[in-house]
Amino acid sequence: MTLSCPLPLAAKDRILLGHGSGGKLSAELLRDVFLPAFRSPVLNRLDDQAVVEAGGARLAFTTDSFVVKPLFFRGGDIGSLAVYGTVNDLAMCGAEALYLSAAFILEEGFAMAALRRIAESMARAAEAAGVEIVTGDTKVVEKGSGDGVFINTAGIGLAPVGLSLSAANARPGDRILLSGTLGDHGIAILSEREGIAFETPAESDSAPLNGLVREMLAATAATAATAGIRAMRDPTRGGLASTLHEIAAQSGVGMALEEEAIPIREEVRGACELLGLDPLYVANEGKLVAIVAPEAAEAALAAMRRHPLGARASMIGTVTGAHRGMVTLKSVFGTTRLVNMLAGDQLPRIC
Amino acid sequence: MKFIDEYRDPKLARSLVAEIHKTVTRPAVLMEICGGQTHTLMRYGIDELLPQQVEMVHGPGCPVCVTPLEIIDKAVAIASMPGVILVSYGDMLRVPGSESDLFHVKAAGGDVRIVYSPMDALRIARQQPERRVVFFAVGFETTAPANAMAVWQAKREGLRNFSILVSHVLVPPAIRLLLGLPGNRVQGFIAPGHVCTVMGYTEYEELAAEFHVPFVVGGFEPLDLLEAILMLVRQLEEGRATVENQYARSVTRLGNEPARRRMREVFEAAHRKWRGIGEIPLSGYRLRPEYAAFDAEQIFGVETRQVEEPAECISSRVLQGLAKPVDCPAFGTRCTPESPLGAPMVSSEGACAAYYQYRRHADVVMP
Repeated sequence: MTLSCPLPLAAKDRILLGHGSGGKLSAELLRDVFLPAFRSPVLNRLDDQAVVEAGGARLAFTTDSFVVKPLFFRGGDIGSLAVYGTVNDLAMCGAEALYLSAAFILEEGFAMAALRRIAESMARAAEAAGVEIVTGDTKVVEKGSGDGVFINTAGIGLAPVGLSLSAANARPGDRILLSGTLGDHGIAILSEREGIAFETPAESDSAPLNGLVREMLAATAATAATAGIRAMRDPTRGGLASTLHEIAAQSGVGMALEEEAIPIREEVRGACELLGLDPLYVANEGKLVAIVAPEAAEAALAAMRRHPLGARASMIGTVTGAHRGMVTLKSVFGTTRLVNMLAGDQLPRIC
Repeated sequence: MKFIDEYRDPKLARSLVAEIHKTVTRPAVLMEICGGQTHTLMRYGIDELLPQQVEMVHGPGCPVCVTPLEIIDKAVAIASMPGVILVSYGDMLRVPGSESDLFHVKAAGGDVRIVYSPMDALRIARQQPERRVVFFAVGFETTAPANAMAVWQAKREGLRNFSILVSHVLVPPAIRLLLGLPGNRVQGFIAPGHVCTVMGYTEYEELAAEFHVPFVVGGFEPLDLLEAILMLVRQLEEGRATVENQYARSVTRLGNEPARRRMREVFEAAHRKWRGIGEIPLSGYRLRPEYAAFDAEQIFGVETRQVEEPAECISSRVLQGLAKPVDCPAFGTRCTPESPLGAPMVSSEGACAAYYQYRRHADVVMP
């Protein structure tokens, strides 16, 4: 190549914020740093949780760190988020979360009252999700070295025997089910952070999904000997688009979505219009997307809709053998466009 | 959603599409000037609904894309200085200069912040008088009034730690340049609705008369664009070349006079370099001498070298409608939004980036 400039900026010498966005940069970090260092076949599957055999049991194991700002927001706080996030990662392989750890990195000077409020919220969340926080850790860093409080939780649960849900399992013809409206959490956080006041403020959807998953598994187990549900994911950071890209890449399939079928709340749509954001990339904390065999799709959808957290569940598209590794969206005008995977965070546009 | 859904109604869209099909009898090459309109065209696949004779060419109206490398290098240099807070609209942060971008400056310890309005930058300057706050004032006539207002306000308050790095460009001089090019194919323009909200459309009346080309001031929703295309096709079929206003819910012929008055008070016309196009005479703004104390270029005196665009980039042909983004051999491979070779791949409003985001096909290698 004879190109002198602009040199493509390889994001390799320093960590950028985009490395934490769940997009392409996050995937590069895994590929270039962690996977080669840890060399674990279980880790290489890149599922939201590890399923390992130990002492004759199938254990599901996961961990997640929470650095959300603001700490308290409409519909939740960092404490409930830390509990539900880990419960949900376990639920996505069909496992019931049993025990959680909680580790706190506290910044010198952080208000005790706020910490107490967070701990109480975690206790309530654990009770709601039916898990117990059984071990933990506390570290304090100097003022300026942290941002109030960071929380890490890890969780273990029992994975059901004979059920193997993985993002590598999607097959052409499978249906794509979404448990409810998109973008509620991300927009709630953003409006609070930016101090944007909307007439009907968005509220985070932060919630434990294990109950919903239980209903779905019960409803589909009878449908077919082969697992009716192939894969489940909670589309958190990076949103639905990034989650579907991951499944498409891991399964070697394409994803074809129908714009009209994707439920989005009015207030979230409004905020996205105003801020120049696409709800497909906005974070959710109480939603799941399921890839389901066609013969089990109706039963799974009906089960989702019976549960309060799946009341607005919808069949949003189909897995295809065409355009492998890509996600497309059919618009209300009948035209089809590509849904790209973002490199980093979604950035507000100038105009 | 009120004021949105009315302009995305599939039934109305179908009837407009049918009307366009019925009206057109000969080829029509139309340009939407504004990147926001390009974005809508691609996102909704509007161009796929049009008759074969109607070809959409994507104009230079993406402010992020046409900001020259030299200015981005200046922003990077200023943001890297100790004690500076560089404040910008979000999508400028990812734009690579010749050596770095603002995200990397931020990662290396620079204080770079994203805001939605220059007034937020002003607020930061008030709150942190010990820091020097620089707002990266990018954009067309649309963002100029708010940026002018921020400087005007700063002067009134006697704020000494606030300045702006100006890279303002104007639409009509660029359109004049395109129309004067020997190989010009564009027969009609969708004029930029938000620019005209501020400026009105008398400047486009001059262009329409001089070059005998029709203009329709258009909005940004799918139905806005379809209606504007229909109005342009009708003018071409009838041999008319006037300025019509499709975006009447926002635009009046004379625009927003108080906003323009503030712009005139703070800015004056200047020659500007456009990334991917080159220098266009009197195609932008600079601060007037009486506002020199707020001019980041003068305050920080950053030297930058001239940098050349890669030879492989065909952006000037794309912007003239002589080529489509997918005609470029580098499209989607050596040139992506993460490492753009040229202006239109830089922001999602640029033609190449809009194609990349919504229209990349399976036969194009994923990076």
